[in-house]
Formats: sequence, C-alpha cells, structure tokens
Amino acid sequence: MNPLTGYLLLSALIFSVGLAGALTRRSAILVLIGIELMLNAANLNFIAFWRYGPNPAALTGIMFAIFSISIAAAEAAVGLGIILAAYRHSQTTELDQMNSMKG
Amino acid sequence: MTLSMFQAIDQIDQIFVTSQHRLVSDLPAEFQSISSAILSVIAIVLVFALLFAITTVLERKGLGRMQNRYGPNRVGPCGFFQPLADGVKSLTKEDLVPRTADQLVHFLAPVLLVMAAFLAYAVLPVGRNMVLVNLNAGVLYFFAVGSLVELAVFMAGWSSRNKYSLLGAMRAIAQMISYEVPLVLASIVVIMAAGSLSTVSIVDMQASYTGIWPHWFVFTPWGFAGFALFMIAATAESNRSPFDLPEGESEIIAGYYIEYSGFKFALFFLGEYLGMFATSAMAITLFLGGWAAPFSFLTWIPSYLWFFAKLVLLILIFIWIRGTLPRLRMDQLMSFAWQFMLPMTLLNLFVAGVWHFMPAGIVRWLVCIALLVAPAILLSRSLKQGKKFAVRHYRFAE
Amino acid sequence: MTVTFLILAALTLAGTVAAMAMRNLIHCVLALTLGFAGLAALYLLLGAQFVGFTQVLVYVGAVAILAVFVIMMTQSAGPAMQPIFSSFWMTGSVVAAAVFVVLAWAICRSGFASQVLPPPVEAAVHPIGDALMHGYVLPLEIMGLLLTAAMIGAVVLAMHEKRRTP
Repeated sequence: MNPLTGYLLLSALIFSVGLAGALTRRSAILVLIGIELMLNAANLNFIAFWRYGPNPAALTGIMFAIFSISIAAAEAAVGLGIILAAYRHSQTTELDQMNSMKG
Repeated sequence: MTLSMFQAIDQIDQIFVTSQHRLVSDLPAEFQSISSAILSVIAIVLVFALLFAITTVLERKGLGRMQNRYGPNRVGPCGFFQPLADGVKSLTKEDLVPRTADQLVHFLAPVLLVMAAFLAYAVLPVGRNMVLVNLNAGVLYFFAVGSLVELAVFMAGWSSRNKYSLLGAMRAIAQMISYEVPLVLASIVVIMAAGSLSTVSIVDMQASYTGIWPHWFVFTPWGFAGFALFMIAATAESNRSPFDLPEGESEIIAGYYIEYSGFKFALFFLGEYLGMFATSAMAITLFLGGWAAPFSFLTWIPSYLWFFAKLVLLILIFIWIRGTLPRLRMDQLMSFAWQFMLPMTLLNLFVAGVWHFMPAGIVRWLVCIALLVAPAILLSRSLKQGKKFAVRHYRFAE
Repeated sequence: MTVTFLILAALTLAGTVAAMAMRNLIHCVLALTLGFAGLAALYLLLGAQFVGFTQVLVYVGAVAILAVFVIMMTQSAGPAMQPIFSSFWMTGSVVAAAVFVVLAWAICRSGFASQVLPPPVEAAVHPIGDALMHGYVLPLEIMGLLLTAAMIGAVVLAMHEKRRTP
C-alpha cells in the first residue's frame, strides 16, 4: 500500500467515526463535534492529494484546507451559540428531548 | 582591530555552536542530527530552569524592597540559594489529590502546561545561529503552542472539582482568549515589515545598523506602539499582575491550581514563569532585535549575552509593574481588551501600511505618530466618559 | 507507510473514537483535542507546516475551548445516568459502517495504489501568502465577511436572554 492510500483510508475512517457520532449521540454538542470531525477528514484528504498530486506547486489543496478550517471555526461558533440558545429555551442539550416546536 | 581579533570575537560568539558540532561529530552519521537536537533541548531546559530559579529570588527580593521589607535573606549569600530550599521543600511535600478529582486529567494538566511552555522555546533564537529549529512558520508555531496553555489551565481547573479552581480556570481562559487577539494582531505589523514568519529572518532583518543605530522595529512609530500593546497583552497572557485575576489570592485563593500540592504545584509555577519568559523572548525577537547589539560598536559582545540581558531587563520591568499596579476588576479587564486593545492594534496595522507606502523622511514620522496618538487619546477619553456608576447585573446561562 | 504515519494515525483514530464514545462530555472534548493534534502532526508529516499550525491554533486553541465553555454552561453538576446514544443508534452505526465500506472500496479500486509518487514537497509560507493575496483574494475577502457575520451571529445568539414577563 502506498502512502496516499494510507492517508485516504485514515481519512475515510475518521469521516465514518464522525458520521457515526453525529448520527448516534444524544448530546447536541457531540453531534456538532462529529460534524467537525467529518470536515477534518475532508481536510486531510485535501492535504494528502496536494502532497501526492501531480501539481503541488499550485497549492490548491492547501488553500482549500485553510478556507475549510476557517469555515469550520465559524460553523463551530454559530453552532455552539445555537446550542446555547436552545438550551435556554428547553433546558436541555439532549437532542431527543428537544421535540417540541412550540415555545 | 586586526583580523585575528575579529576571528576571536566570532569564536567566542559561536562557542556553543562549534562545541555542539564538535561533540556530535564523533558519532555515526545517522545519530548526529538527533543527538545535536537532544543537546540543544537539554541546554534550553537547563538554562531556562536556572533563569526561573534566579527570577523567583529576584522577584521576591525586588517586591520586598518595593514593599519596604526584606524578602528572602536566610539561605545562602543574600538569600540567593532560596530556590534550592524551595525545590527541596516542594519535592518532599505530600502530593495530595482530592478524592473527587478526575485523577488522569488532574495528573496530565501540569505536565501539559510545562510541556507547552518548553515547546515554545524551539523557535526562539537565543543567539546568532542558536535556534533549535528555524521553522518557516515560526511565529505561527509559537502562538499555536501558546494556545495549548489554555487547555492545560482548563484541565487543571475542571479536574480538581473545586468551585474556586473552576472559577479561576474560567477567568483565566476568558482572559487568555481575549488577550490572544491583540497579542497576535500586535505582532502582525512585524510580520508585514519583515515579510516572513520565520523568527530567524525577522531577527536578521533587525541586525543591521545605520551609523551606530540599529534597525530594531521598536524604533518606528508602529513598532513602538506594537511593542507596548504586545507587552500589555503578554502581561495578561501570562497572568501577571495587574492582570492576575485568575489566581487572585484574596478572592479565589490561587485560582485553578488551588488543589495542587507538592511537586505539581511547583510545576505550575514553573510553567507560568516559563510562559512569561517565552512571551518576553518573543517580544525581544519581534521588536527589540533579538540577539542584536543595541549599538554597532557593541557587536563584540557575544549575541547570546545580549539576548539574555534584554530578557532580564523585561523580567525586571514585569517585577516593577507587579510591585506598582493594583489588580483590575474582571469587567475592566475584558472591556480594556475589547474596547481599547483591539481597536488600537487594528489601527496599528493601518499605520504600518501607511509607513510602508510613504516616502522616507520626517513627514512619515509625523503622520504616523499623529495617526497613533490622536485616536489613542480620543479613545481613552470617550471610554472614560462612558463610565457610569450603577448596579451591575451579572449575566450567565441559567 | 512509515512507522511515524502508523503511530500518528493510531493516535488520531484513538482520539476521535474516544471523543465519540465516552460518557463524560468534557472527556470527549479532551480526547477530541488529541485527535486534532494528531491530525495537525499528520499535516506536518505531509509537509504542510502552515496548515498544521493553523489546525492547532484554531481547533485546539479555539474550537475545543469553545465547546468546553458551552458544556460547562449547559451541564448540571453530576453526570446524568442516561443512555449516551440515541434510540436509533443501530441504524446510525450501520449507515456509518456502510459509508466507510463504500469509501474504502472506492479508494482501493482507484488507481492510487499503483501510482508513482512525486518527490516530497514543502509548502513554504511565502507562496501561500502570495496565493492568498493574488489568486485567492476574492475567497479571502468572502471568508472575512463570513467570519464577521458568524461572529455577530454567535454573539446575538448567545446574548439573547430576554425574559418573557409573566
């Protein structure tokens, strides 16, 4: 197995772990963290393809990873703000207890 | 001066570098790089641990003098062996861990703190050719490693299961995050001027002279403002007085490390001082010319001596400030960070740009100084006027 | 496939799995920081210094701390003895496992495994800055706008605590 395949498999594993967490955990915070993990797996893919791709001088993968990291930071800030607001509303962060649409 | 004298000066300057080369040159080729790295790490750990010991004595004696008392004067000559006694004491004390504490996290927190503090020294050039790694993104590495400290502080405060430690940790993290923004923004002006994130090339840019005067960044309007803002933010980052709320002894009894005793407590102390040295060393690297001599006729003094002289000078200023200023209140601290420091650092970025694009001369100086001083005065005036005394309402998630 | 890669990959995976499986939320976030740090080390191994340090700065220094803050604000003192996984955890894990199988199958079937690899490269900071300021200047500006909007949005969301008068 060559290094690129190793990185891609690792990235797929991280993505699946994040997906499993996002689908199965009850805590809204951990669902958000699972989504962050999936984004990180994508970043690892970008960097691996940049490194082993045909044209590393173009830096496309690096650029994509940088922008994706900043988007993830914005997403985390807004997501956690939403969780906080939802907690104030329903006194819980467990997703299956937030089952009422009416305030 | 003759040529041989120049060579002798150069040899003294490079004595540590050459002796390191000589030590590892006998080893087989594949071990050379790793063993030279290990040698440098050992040297850094020893030198800065020693500096920590000296600083504790200096600080206690200096504070004692400022507060009209003696300070340590019993152990050794003038009390200068006090750190040894303190070390023996902290090693032989009982290591208490609260029964409800999270054992693993409680143990890992001081380790992570000291590790993060030592990691920061990897990119700091302490002399000519004396840097552990010359990273391409050295300044970024420094700030990235510095952000690990926040995590260590949180781990310590949370794992102790003590409300004081948790309060202290929350205060510390809020403060560190707020002041990290101006800290990074204040250093960006230097990166703009140097065009590089590598600490080595930043110092190299400042190590030349016009006449006898050096090209330190602090000798420009934006550099001076940046240095002042950087040092204020660095004081807050290292939880030093007057920003020492996270460990205010009189309100939350030592904050996040209240439940630590014995050697772990000493590790916290060490980590805190190492962080202070590291940010001071970064300020020296960015603004005060690193290891460069202040005048061209003083370059015969070895570079590492200059670096440590500047470091000790900054440490003495820290001690002086601690002996002079009272502690701030939490809301004062936060509003100072967001309402004064942040606008000023952003303005400083703009001024650095103006400086870059204006032709050299006296006009450039006047314009840049006016651009910095007038807003600073206006900002502080308006902030002062907005102060009304009223009942304060505390907000927290219920 | 070097030993370094294997160690770092194991560390990263252990961190992420622990982050998704532990009971105590704070432990989850601490394990997550281990995973993030492992990923940053992998970026360094790949030669992307700038991205690696940015990863540490953003994820360990900001996102993890933010998550910890929210956990502290929303959790009551003791860990509740409720199930940590939702009722349809079976479906979720099956879906995740299926996704992994499909991805792994695609990776192994593709031609990457037999490809000849280019020599190691190092992304210096200077070209990255150049690219950000020239080729990618519009995305950069949009990113600044997005971050500002996100910051304002997060502040508005978190500040909102108008009590309805009874």
